[in-house]
Amino acid sequence: MKYVDEFRNPELISKTAEEIRRLVDPQRHYRIMEVCGGHTHAIYRFGLKDILPANIDLIHGPGCPVCVLPMGRIDDGLSIAAKSDVIFAAFGDMMRVPGTQGSPLEHKARGLDIRIVYSPTDAIKLARTNPDKHVMFFAIGFETTAPSTALTLMRAKAEGLKNFSVFCNHVTIIPAIRAILDSPDMRLDGFIGPGHCSTVIGCRPYEWIAKNEAKPIVVCGFEPLDLLQSIVMLLRQMRNGEAKVENQYKRVVPWEGNGAALRAMGEVFQLRPYFEWRGLGFISQSALRIRDTYADWDAEQRFSIPGIRVTDPKAAQCGEVLKGVLKPAQCKLFGRECTPENPVGALMVSTEGSCAAYYNYEHRKGNLVSLTATA
Amino acid sequence: MCLAIPGKIVEITGDETHSALVDVVGVRRRVDLGLLQDDPPKPGDWVLIHVGFAMSKISEKDALDQMRTLEMLGEAEAALQEVRGYGLEDIEKGLVN
Repeated sequence: MKYVDEFRNPELISKTAEEIRRLVDPQRHYRIMEVCGGHTHAIYRFGLKDILPANIDLIHGPGCPVCVLPMGRIDDGLSIAAKSDVIFAAFGDMMRVPGTQGSPLEHKARGLDIRIVYSPTDAIKLARTNPDKHVMFFAIGFETTAPSTALTLMRAKAEGLKNFSVFCNHVTIIPAIRAILDSPDMRLDGFIGPGHCSTVIGCRPYEWIAKNEAKPIVVCGFEPLDLLQSIVMLLRQMRNGEAKVENQYKRVVPWEGNGAALRAMGEVFQLRPYFEWRGLGFISQSALRIRDTYADWDAEQRFSIPGIRVTDPKAAQCGEVLKGVLKPAQCKLFGRECTPENPVGALMVSTEGSCAAYYNYEHRKGNLVSLTATA
Repeated sequence: MCLAIPGKIVEITGDETHSALVDVVGVRRRVDLGLLQDDPPKPGDWVLIHVGFAMSKISEKDALDQMRTLEMLGEAEAALQEVRGYGLEDIEKGLVN
């Protein structure tokens, strides 16, 4: 409860929660997917499901880039890091993610040159200051992050930097949503759309969800009030039998997205024919590769990559959790073999993964921030 | 992963026009402005920063709200650690890992 007094507009939160209760049809069961891992984290941290009516089920979507990265890609990246003159640079989020032979951090302890960077441009800086080494940046992320990698590659090319490359694992959000909607065991009533990813792609790419799939989607911010307001907007559409794309996060997300970011992505990346997602399997045109015009800076073209494929342990039911068929705690490994300290499955790896969020805030009942006092 | 950190543009230098000095709760670091080239920010403007790049311009009010959101999410410290790490400065000084 310690954050309760910090919430903005407690009266408004209370009124919005009341509005939700007014809008729900008690006869109906609502299944709403929040696509973005940041929203999953926020929903658990703020204990939002405690103030939602019991017949609203929030299903946690695929939008955690660390979680959906197949273990084989980590092994592939580390195989490059094992070369004698290579510095492997990655965001801190990647450091504890296990490959089959351990995480990047464990490889660092074994003597590989592995560095945390907080920006891809700092990987360029590392390359400039280590001219006798090759710096490989291990890139992950959705469209939120991909433009930064693209601009970094454009700067490296413009500078003629020879000892720098990117191992590209960028994925795209729309095909993942499509794969989930195409899944036969999936029934969803609407989507809470990603916030910062939409800053780049805008709201237009979601229109097919409304038009072709007849599902409402509301692009949403990260505060408790944002999430509650987005649920109100979704419920209103459902009550009126509508399916539209709406933007609750207008203060940050322009409808058309960020043109400069999209141009940079178009200059540097092209779609891969298919890419493997942990928990979801292969999804066509769901990831980015570096264009041949940037081949000199593409780690996959510069180095021979073993192309390792690792199947997740059969007992881990990440796919079912990712599609909302199972709740995290219903997986056989949850909280026993699979914990945030020792993750077996993808969704336990990052704090934005639904299993890790569930474990940290529900299972442990620690750190939980409750809104119930104000709502 | 998709942390977006509010910062205030302090100065834009002539020699490196695609970068600016920003202030994030007293921590000053250089961020890349390349993603805002269609609508470049000026000193005094607020931006949301992600992995060292300013990704959108926001109002001062929304910037302050965003910082509070990060605090509520328990990610304010991670955000500051990220900003401190930009340019590898504090990493090189051993202040962050």
